[in-house]
This record gives sequence, C-alpha cells and structure tokens, in this order.
Amino acid sequence: MAKKVGIARALFFYQYYPLWKSFFEELGAEVVISSTTNKKILDAGVKACVDEACLPVKLYHGHIIDLIGKVDYIFIPRLTSISKKEYICPKFGGLPDMIKHTIPGLPKIISTEINLRKSDHNALKAALEIGSYFSSNKALIKKAYENSLKNYRLNRASIKAGKLPDYLTDRNLSSKIAQKSSNMNVAVIGHVYNVYDCYTNMDILSKLIKHDVNIITIDMLDSKLVNEKASTLHKKMFWFFGRKVIGSVMHLLERKDIDGIIYLMSFGCGIDAFMCDLAEKKIRHDSNIPFTVLTLDEHSGQAGMDTRLEAFIDMIKMKLNKSEAAKVITNVAT
Amino acid sequence: MILTFPHMGNTYITAKALLDDLGTNYIVPPFNNKKALELGTKYAPELACLPLKINIGNFIQAYEQGADTVLVTGGCGPCRAGYYCEMHREILADIGYKMDVISLELPDNDFKEFFRRIGKISGKSNFFRIIKAIKNASKVAIEVDKLEKLTYHIRPLEIRKGSTDKIYKAFQHNVLKLKGSNQIFELIDKTRETLLKIEIDRDIKPIKIGIVGEIYTTIDPFSNVFIDTKLGKLGVEVDHTITVSNYIIEHLVKGIIPIGKDLEYAKAAKPYLGTMIGGHAQETIGDTILYAQKHYDGVIQIYPLTCMPEIVAESILPAVENDYRIPVLTLIVDEMTGEAGFLTRIEAFVDLIQRKKGSKVIEERRALSWN
Repeated sequence: MAKKVGIARALFFYQYYPLWKSFFEELGAEVVISSTTNKKILDAGVKACVDEACLPVKLYHGHIIDLIGKVDYIFIPRLTSISKKEYICPKFGGLPDMIKHTIPGLPKIISTEINLRKSDHNALKAALEIGSYFSSNKALIKKAYENSLKNYRLNRASIKAGKLPDYLTDRNLSSKIAQKSSNMNVAVIGHVYNVYDCYTNMDILSKLIKHDVNIITIDMLDSKLVNEKASTLHKKMFWFFGRKVIGSVMHLLERKDIDGIIYLMSFGCGIDAFMCDLAEKKIRHDSNIPFTVLTLDEHSGQAGMDTRLEAFIDMIKMKLNKSEAAKVITNVAT
Repeated sequence: MILTFPHMGNTYITAKALLDDLGTNYIVPPFNNKKALELGTKYAPELACLPLKINIGNFIQAYEQGADTVLVTGGCGPCRAGYYCEMHREILADIGYKMDVISLELPDNDFKEFFRRIGKISGKSNFFRIIKAIKNASKVAIEVDKLEKLTYHIRPLEIRKGSTDKIYKAFQHNVLKLKGSNQIFELIDKTRETLLKIEIDRDIKPIKIGIVGEIYTTIDPFSNVFIDTKLGKLGVEVDHTITVSNYIIEHLVKGIIPIGKDLEYAKAAKPYLGTMIGGHAQETIGDTILYAQKHYDGVIQIYPLTCMPEIVAESILPAVENDYRIPVLTLIVDEMTGEAGFLTRIEAFVDLIQRKKGSKVIEERRALSWN
C-alpha cells in the first residue's frame, strides 16, 4: 500500500506544491494535503502556537494538526535558505522544531534541511535524503527530482502569464484574473501565503475582481527585471521575499500603468515590518501612486477589510477620473 | 565628521575607547531614555523591534548635539539586525536628518571595502594605530564585562542596599569624562577595588538565575527595565552568557581568525534546535540547558516584541523546562512595557523559586534530624 505523506496547505505550499507533489508521486507515495483554511484550523493553530508568532505560522500549526491521523509522514522541510546569499526568515529555519515541541501525537516528520544559501547543490542532496523515505533507488530519486523541477518551472511560467493554477485559486477566479479587461491595474504585494489563502485575506482577490480591477501579483512579474532593480540597493537585501518586494516595487514604479498598490501585511511578521516601510517610502518618494496597507491577523474582521478596500478603490477611481478630465480640458484648450 | 553610535548597555565605553584611541571626533548620545524611545517609536515602523526604535532616538538626540555620521555594525541575516543600517539610513533621510550611515560589516570576501570603512572612521590613524586601537577596545569590553559580572555577585550580598549601584552608576558616568583606553583601564581597576570593599553578608547563599534571550534587551538595562538591579535587590545573583565581549570574540574575532568557536551551547541545544536560525535562538535554548546542568534555580528569557528567532526559542523552551526541571520565565519588552507589571512577575517568579528551594532545605534538615 502506498505510503501517505502529508503537506500542510500553508506557508510555502503556495510556492512549491507542484514541485513536492510530483516528486513524491513519482516515488510512489500518496500526497495528502490539509483542508483549505477554515475557522477550525485557525483556532487550533492559534491555540497550539506561541502568541507572539505571526498569523501564517499559527495557521501552519493548525494545518499540521489537521493532518494528524490521516498520514504516515508529514513533510515539514527546514527551509533555511532557498536562494543564494539569502534567507527566508528565522521561523522557517526553526519551523520543524517549533512543531515537534508544541504539537503532541505527530506521525513521523520528514524535516530535511534545504539550504541553498551557498550553492544549490544542496537541493539534490536534500531530495535524495527526502526520497530515501520512499525508495532506496538513488537513480530513481534523482530522476524524480529532475522531473519535478521541470514540472515546477512550467508551473511558474504559467503563473507569470497570469494563469493561476488550481491549487492557488479556484478556476473561476483564475480565469477572471487572467482576463485583464478593465483599465484599473492594482498590484497586490505580499507573501504567497497571504496573497492566495482566501480565508486569511478574506477573499481580497475576488473582491478586487468584483470592483473591476486587474490584479498583478509579484509572481506575475519578470524575475529578471525584479532582480535587476533589487541589485541597485545600497546594501544587498538578504531576504528572499524582501528582494522580491523591493525589486517589484521599483519595477512597478517604472511601468506607467499601475494605478494602485496594496501591501498585504501579516501582523507580527518581522520581514513585513521592514519591507512594508521601505516599500511605502519608495512609492511615496518616487511616485504618486495610491498605496495602502492591509494588516492580517487572527482578529481581522470582514467589514473592516471591505470598507478599506472600497475606500481605496474609490480613491483610485477618483484619481483616474480627475486625470481623464484633465486630459479632456487640455485637448479642448489646444 | 562627527561620529555617533547607538547605545546598548556599556558598549559606549568600548566605542569611546576605540574612537579616542583613533583620534576621531564623536558624540556619545544621551543614555537611553524615554524621549529617545518616543522619538524612535514615532519614526520607525510600528512592528519594528525595540532596538531599532531606541537607536533612531539615540541618533536624533546625538544629531541635536552636532553629530553628522552614524556608526553601526552590520550583518547578513536571517534576523533583522543585519538590515538596521539601511533602515536607519532610510528613516533618517525621510525625516530630514542629514546623517551619513557607516556600517561595519564582516567583509564577505570584500576586505577592501571593510578596511575602506575602517579608514573612513579612523581619520589620520595609520594601520598599526588602528590595530592597536581595536585590540585595546576589545580588552576594554572584556574588562567592563568582568566588572559588571562582579556587580551581579556583590549586589545580592550587600548589607547596605544600593551600595553596589551607587558605585557602579558613578563609574558609568565618570568614564565619559576620560580620554583613551589607558585612562579607562585605570578607572575600571579603581572601581573594582571599591566594589570589593563593600560590606557583604557572606552567609547568604543567593538564588541563581540565568538571563538568556535577544542580545540587545538582555544587555541594555533601560530596555529590560533594569532587571539585573531588580533581581539583585531581591537577593538573586544573575548571570549573562550573551555579553558584548563575548559577541566581539565569538562573532567578530573568530569570524575573521579561524580559532575554534565555543559551541557548547550548540551541542546542548542539538536535540531541540539543531541549526543556527538567526539571532541568539540557539544560544537561548542551549544556555538554558547549560544553566540547568549547572544547577541554577531558574532562567529568564528576555526579548523585544516581534523578535523572530526568540519566538522560535520561546516555543521550544517549555519542552526544555519539562525535560530539565528548570523554571523559565519569558519577558517580552516593547515601548508600552510597564515597569510595575514587570516587577510583579519577576517578584512572583523569585518567590516561587524561593519556596521550591525552601522546601528542599526543610526536607534535607528533616533527613538529618534523627542522626
């Protein structure tokens, strides 16, 4: 019977699920993911985790609890670093330890370290170690690793083209996001697990679509351009997400077609605390694009989010109308 | 160029020794105070950690006294301290304070840039003078930490309450009037002699509590609501493993010269937190275990709100508490921290430990009583 390996539908699930799914399945395992985020998961996570942790980490705890009893293994990779000379955040490096010492009754945990800070040779090494739980055939594991990487890259390319896959959003929403019909372009900046988890962000993407907004997320931007911009910073940004935020913001400011920028911030996120401030300063200094921050925590109320979103969209519309009106006046005058 | 630097406990004494010996112009910011914290809270991001906020306040107060250049240490993550220099730069520019920010980073193969920055702050000093200044400043750090450790030992034993603080505070103020590492060494020696002359009760066996956590809030008394003094007054001898001199030796010196680092804490922490995840998280876990093995009566973890590595350590400490039977109290500080609330919790913690210890002593006496 196939071994069941559980993956929490939280944190870097939203980045790497296709990679991990195809890797495990090629080695004959059955992949089980936790339910979509709901109140039960949120409550369980908040109860289990230390109060001071950020919401995404608390949710992760809840998702892990959701997997207990359903699987033989739970995959909690120790993501120390996923890019050269960068870290994600301290919590990712210590996540397996937080989980192991907080939640009772866990099945076997696969917590191999992935550390690509110095070089990416470690990725194959990690894959071989993870794969050894399911196969003793090294060549098979290596093949599974290479195939899953190919699959992952195709996936990323599809996201860049604006087509969000099923595991990120439902098909309906994904097709609406890909449509790009209106003339209001709003960038939504935030960690993948905030931007695409509809329960956490109170369905902000659907709400924006209802307001006739073209949504642009960081994943849809050209990484090369983003990285080029980020490399112009005075000091090298040593956080994976930090680089993406600041590079994306600088790139977005150069495009003349962005009408608004929303920063989805997690309360208690150390990285967000700094990056949001740096992004805001850049946007305010170098442009007059409307910018707002929406903070997510376990107490977030729908009404509050809706009000602020509506106010923000209204402000963008007023601004666009003003500039349309200004154009008309100029045309009449000439 | 008039330099200034952030406050963190007694580091100003080391900085002073270094800059005096290099002949650089500098201003020591006013000691950490409420106004500095207010200013920092106003201009820094709301969820930034406390050290960033206080440091911004330090720089603003120094700017008002004529400083135009900020000297800080850098880093490369994962924790935010490594990016403080850029945050300082952006925040100060944003509020219109024209200050240059120089960050001394561990080279990362760019030794040329490292020495260029050292050269920038050393004015006319030649290479040998710079090396000598760094050597003496490191020695000052070590001697100041030894002096502070002496106060931890004497304070709980002093017969006249407050004697230690009177002498130590005088030292912390008088050192500002001196110039150069030699004068500072002299004052340290004199202060040590004076401290050793304090009348103490040699029969007291004080409770021993280890302090672990984030480096800034464990070292800086203003930030941790003067916890060392408070505990001393309650009859507790404290111990800190994270100190400035320890940091200089383990991270800066051993980061450049390949001498074996002291990794006892990492060995101890391995079953709980086997990797370096940033900040002093591994030290927090490892040192708590080492304190337990050295039969300390309790451990207090201190960290600023939102400190990411310490949050990870905090979630693991209950398992350590359980396995090693050592009580651990976690205290989290931010700009809203109330002294009274803190004191209540510390007193309760010490109370509990005293009762636990008292009952052990009573049992021992009972065991011997029929002899």
